[in-house]
Amino acid sequence: MDFLQTLRIALRALRTNKMRSFLTMLGIIIGIAAVIAMMAVGSGASYVISQQIASIGSNIILVLPGSTTSGGMRSGSGGAQTLTSDDVRAIMTECPSVETSAPTVRSSGLAVFGNMNWSTVIMGTTPEMFDIREWGVISGRSIGQQDVDSAAKVCLLGQTVAENLFGSADPIGKIIRLKKVPFTVIGVLDRKGQSPQGQDQDDTIFVPLRTAQRNLVRANHTNTIGAVMVKARSEALLAKAEEEINSLLNQRHRITAGKDPDFTTRNLSEILAVAEQSSKAMSLLLGAVASISLIVGGIGIMNIMLVSVTERTREIGIRMAIGARRNDILLQFMTEAVLLTMLGGVIGIILGASGATVVSRILSWPTLISIQSITVAFFFSGAVGIFFGFYPARKAAGLNPIDALRYE
Amino acid sequence: MSDVISLTDIRRVFIMGDQQFEALKGVSFGVATGEFVAIMGASGSGKSTCMNLLGCLDRPTSGRYLLDALDVGGMNANQLAEIRNRKLGFVFQGFNLLARTPAVENVELPLVYAGFSAKERRVRALAAMEQVGLAGKENNHSSQLSGGQQQRVAIARALVNSPAVILADEPTGNLDSTTSEEIMNLFTTLNKQGITIIMVTHEHDVAAYAGRQITFRDGRIISDSLAGTTGLTDQSV
Repeated sequence: MDFLQTLRIALRALRTNKMRSFLTMLGIIIGIAAVIAMMAVGSGASYVISQQIASIGSNIILVLPGSTTSGGMRSGSGGAQTLTSDDVRAIMTECPSVETSAPTVRSSGLAVFGNMNWSTVIMGTTPEMFDIREWGVISGRSIGQQDVDSAAKVCLLGQTVAENLFGSADPIGKIIRLKKVPFTVIGVLDRKGQSPQGQDQDDTIFVPLRTAQRNLVRANHTNTIGAVMVKARSEALLAKAEEEINSLLNQRHRITAGKDPDFTTRNLSEILAVAEQSSKAMSLLLGAVASISLIVGGIGIMNIMLVSVTERTREIGIRMAIGARRNDILLQFMTEAVLLTMLGGVIGIILGASGATVVSRILSWPTLISIQSITVAFFFSGAVGIFFGFYPARKAAGLNPIDALRYE
Repeated sequence: MSDVISLTDIRRVFIMGDQQFEALKGVSFGVATGEFVAIMGASGSGKSTCMNLLGCLDRPTSGRYLLDALDVGGMNANQLAEIRNRKLGFVFQGFNLLARTPAVENVELPLVYAGFSAKERRVRALAAMEQVGLAGKENNHSSQLSGGQQQRVAIARALVNSPAVILADEPTGNLDSTTSEEIMNLFTTLNKQGITIIMVTHEHDVAAYAGRQITFRDGRIISDSLAGTTGLTDQSV
């Protein structure tokens, strides 16, 4: 008996009981739709996180000042200004695993242009910053070394700042006031989006480091800096670079064993890896819940197939009398079950995918429907059919033809 | 002519719990090619058990059964299925057609399991339907056919694989007398074309169509006579 014929018989059997076939499939449809939708939402979340990692730049270590004890009062990182431009130079020259580094000083203040104003973050830094963060300009030019050396009063605007101060007008060459000091806008940065912490990275104005130290932060701290961004030579060297920085700064700041260091290093990729892992765990959990509904659906299939075998006992008897072997009967009922689940699987995939698309539209939450998850769902639904169809099919094949023929 | 069926000392014992019931107590007979045999007997006489054995749906407890010179006794389930498919054609009391299936596909069914191509199946099925006088009813479902027509479809299905023997189990049991006569005439015609037929019945006028009557009682054959010797000539065709 050829497979095509078996398929036709199975299709006819499913068509005869359309409503029942549909209701039986419903369990699988819901299960597969849930799996597909969950996977889409889950991998959408992973995608967002990996995008955020990319937006920070890769292989980055953050060196933060602080955690000092002065007069018995302890404060955490950022609590004091303990890092200097000399530290940054030392990190660049003495740590072999470090590719480059950029010091920053941070201040917040009001930016004014004409009758518009916008309160934002003002960041003083060096040109290396934009290499480390892989952040280019979309118009004008970036901050150059000569701007830093000459403490030029120029600035780069983030997208959010540019929009709020200038609207659709071209900001290049215009003069804005930062904390009442006039600066020339030399460029507008590319859009960067949200940071993993949820901050708008585009709501920033960048100025040359020395300009910031002289004009925007308190006058007596012209050599101190806020945080340092360090880029390791490769991902593999990230941990080693962090170690080198730690031992170098311990030495420079005369931190002996047992004493709290006055700086902290943070490996950003590591933080994000943790976030990504938790989102993976989340989608795994959702997948597990969806799989349970698939199993429930499979049991429904088994139940209906058992009913169907009983109902069609006579048909089985006729087929056996006419020359069907046990395997023919087994294959026929297995085909029916697998057809049922695979059909349910396909409908579920379509439903799940469109459901995920709707969710991502309404909640503006990104979803990713991978070919992989569709393939897995498809074959899994087939496997459910094989698994739950086997018992009823074996029962059918095991019938005694004489009894089956006599069955009323 | 050689015997197409040969039973030698066939016994069939059913075991129900700790009780044994011997349905056939040593049955021996042969059927020659081209014969039309009626098996008769009251219910419980063993005729149905004998029919199941002849149909290779059941296996004897002891004894020897040769079908078309093949020893069926030692065969496994798959081999028996193949024998049923190739050597036997079944006609049942209740027609036993597949519901919601066109007549021609019912007739094709044995060929499906024999592995014929779709084209060949159709050609043979149409020929068999023509043979039983159902040309033009190919696409009717069983619900659209009368009882007599349904039984003709079943006979066409039994004929389609050119079996060595056609086994008919009370073929007129569900039919009125006029239709019964039609069906029996069809069997007679087929028999005249050389087809061997074995039929179980408990009606004497139906049995009268057969050339030979074997009567069972209590698991044994009590008479085996050729037509004309049992005084049924007044009801002949």
